Amino acid sequence: MDSALLSLLGAFLLSMLGLFAFIWSLRKGLLVENVKAASAIFARGEIGRVDDPALESAARADLQAAAVEAGDAAHVPDEHDMDERVAADRSSAFPVFMFIGFACMWLLFGGIAGLTASLKLHWPDWLVSEAWMTFGRIRTVHLTAVLYGWITNAELGIIIWLMPRLLRTPLMGSMWIMMGGALVNIAIASGIGAIGAGWTDGLEYLEMPWQIGIFFAAGMLCIIGPVMYTLVNRKVESLYVTTWYHTAGLLWITLLFIVGKMPGVHFGVQQAAMNWWYGHNVLGLWFTPVAVGAIYYFLPKIIARPIRSYNLSILGFWTLAFFYAQVGGHHLVGGPVPGWLITLSIVQSMMMIIPVLAFSINMALTMKGRTRLARYSPTLRFVMFGGFMYLLSSLQGSFEALRSVQQVAHFTHFTVAHAHLGAYGFVTMVLFGAIYFMMPRVLHWEWPYPRLISLHFWLASVGVLIYFVFLTWGGWLQGLAMLDAARPFIESVKLTLPYLQWRSVGGGLMVASHLVFVGHFLAMVLRFGPHRVSAALFSAQPRAMELAHGE
Amino acid sequence: MENEVKLTAGAMVTFAIAVSALVVLPYLQVRDVPPPEGLKRYTSAELRGRASYIANGCMYCHSQQPRSESFAPADAQRGWGRASVPGDYVYDKPHLLGSMRTGPDLFNIGVRQPSKDWQLGHLYQPRAYVPESIMPSYPYLFELKDKADPGEETLNLPPGHVPAGKVVVPTPEALDLVRYLQALKRDYPVLPPDPREAAGARTSSVHDAKARTPAS
Repeated sequence: MDSALLSLLGAFLLSMLGLFAFIWSLRKGLLVENVKAASAIFARGEIGRVDDPALESAARADLQAAAVEAGDAAHVPDEHDMDERVAADRSSAFPVFMFIGFACMWLLFGGIAGLTASLKLHWPDWLVSEAWMTFGRIRTVHLTAVLYGWITNAELGIIIWLMPRLLRTPLMGSMWIMMGGALVNIAIASGIGAIGAGWTDGLEYLEMPWQIGIFFAAGMLCIIGPVMYTLVNRKVESLYVTTWYHTAGLLWITLLFIVGKMPGVHFGVQQAAMNWWYGHNVLGLWFTPVAVGAIYYFLPKIIARPIRSYNLSILGFWTLAFFYAQVGGHHLVGGPVPGWLITLSIVQSMMMIIPVLAFSINMALTMKGRTRLARYSPTLRFVMFGGFMYLLSSLQGSFEALRSVQQVAHFTHFTVAHAHLGAYGFVTMVLFGAIYFMMPRVLHWEWPYPRLISLHFWLASVGVLIYFVFLTWGGWLQGLAMLDAARPFIESVKLTLPYLQWRSVGGGLMVASHLVFVGHFLAMVLRFGPHRVSAALFSAQPRAMELAHGE
Repeated sequence: MENEVKLTAGAMVTFAIAVSALVVLPYLQVRDVPPPEGLKRYTSAELRGRASYIANGCMYCHSQQPRSESFAPADAQRGWGRASVPGDYVYDKPHLLGSMRTGPDLFNIGVRQPSKDWQLGHLYQPRAYVPESIMPSYPYLFELKDKADPGEETLNLPPGHVPAGKVVVPTPEALDLVRYLQALKRDYPVLPPDPREAAGARTSSVHDAKARTPAS
């Protein structure tokens, strides 16, 4: 059979399948909007009451005034629902504080390592006297510290905090979770030490030696157990979309890590395919779903309106689960791996446009006419910025997978810029927003200096944009020079220098923003600043606090 | 219970599909690929050098996978060699295909630059040979001495890079690393790939087959 006939047949089968899916979704009523499920994050009577714990009371009143819409009735949030939420928050406070504390420490450390690596690329004789200082090691220390130390810890904190809230059930087995967190962080710290000492498995994103990886996997299993136990013992019936993303993400990262780290199984070209399947899925099946899940909670919660379409969010979940898991092969375009594998990954990379649009349309409709609220709430600004960067970085990623684009962009700084747009512009910015929201509830103490939140936002967002724009531009020129055999290779190195210097400027702003953020966090933990709400970690009148924050 | 069962089962099914496609199938496909006749096993010194290549993160700036002439002709024209095939990597554990070319591809560096003196000196100070290079120098792989002990070799650096009154002696690690670099020679011929496998590179297979002789 020739390929034309095959593709016609394929298209026919696909459209039949699509028709059946359409009929099925009509029968199940999926095209009728499910407002109740979308409102699951609110207590009864809470819609219309903005919620940003990071704001001072005057700023909160401004936000509330700006958020009022026609038809809002003056309800009081249901007391029983509020009690449940307070109980849920109290049950998770200590483990969440532990994860966020570790995350902040790794963010500071990993950011400085990253800036050092960036500077080394244009000051090649700087800090070369010892082996642990060399670019190849510092760069990997940076990667391990920010990916596993910062993002993973912060995401675990968000999952552990949101799970009991959304399930309206106190967290069970928090001692296990803390033990899991300890194991995970032991693994990260020893992994970083091992990399510095030159002991590494040598696979990108999987550098941590597998002997140390055992601790990481064991820690994740200790965390999954209580989360699943809380899930099956929950009080609500249907699950909000955030829970879908978070539960699946936890299972995925653990399995991914175990498959990727299996010693003695992978070899040669197959190992390269596995390596990039893992490398892309850390982003696709762990960072992205947890951050997207967090946006689905925090964005509507702050503006006090349910998301526009619950069913669209579930469509986004399933398409992400199916397509994202298979995109890794596009990292090997032009490489010695089987052609079908690369083609499959390119096709699935393009299909990723579906979940990304499902998310973006949903968020755009939710925010329609309400974007001005970002002026009043820096937390909301972080989350919106992250959501928008998700759209940009994912669309860029889909097109970057194409052979014609890879031909230029592969092996260049273009890819590095793209990775930072995803991991920083999108994921990290959402994590910042989520932490600003969570910590007052976790610590029962307000952020001491709210102006620093705005300063943090501007430093981080300007920093990452400088980083992305210049490195993308420089990377593309580098790729073009590399493809032109008439130009000596060293030209492709020389021409990137100004862009590498700009990258360090952007990275410097990002590190400065981390100093502001972590300093502010420490000030909060140490109870600095004006005494505004209530002192103890577990206040005597927690509900009064919750309401105070909710007004 | 419907929800969490649906959630867990669904998440596992999509995951299993991806593992089958991107991990298991490639494993089955390349499991029995024989090493090309001309490919030598690494010696123990070369393996020590390879371990040092990995420990110092050379693969973060140097790839080991020249692309085909139809896809990126400059790779071969720069003398990086023919496009690699799965058989070339049979002895590579872990793989070092790399994802960046901040520096040039090293798949055939042993062919392109076989000189031990050059490699050692270039590790000690890349800018002594390539003034615009941004590769880090690796002074910790060398010792600075007043004079070499009997039996030790010293570096012949270009003038201006030898510290006054000193000699530079490579450590055993540096010597092993250079042995590994010198062993990166994939100038043996390989058979053109099975036409079925090359479906991704459709139009290029004829052109490719002709080009699959050593390029340098």
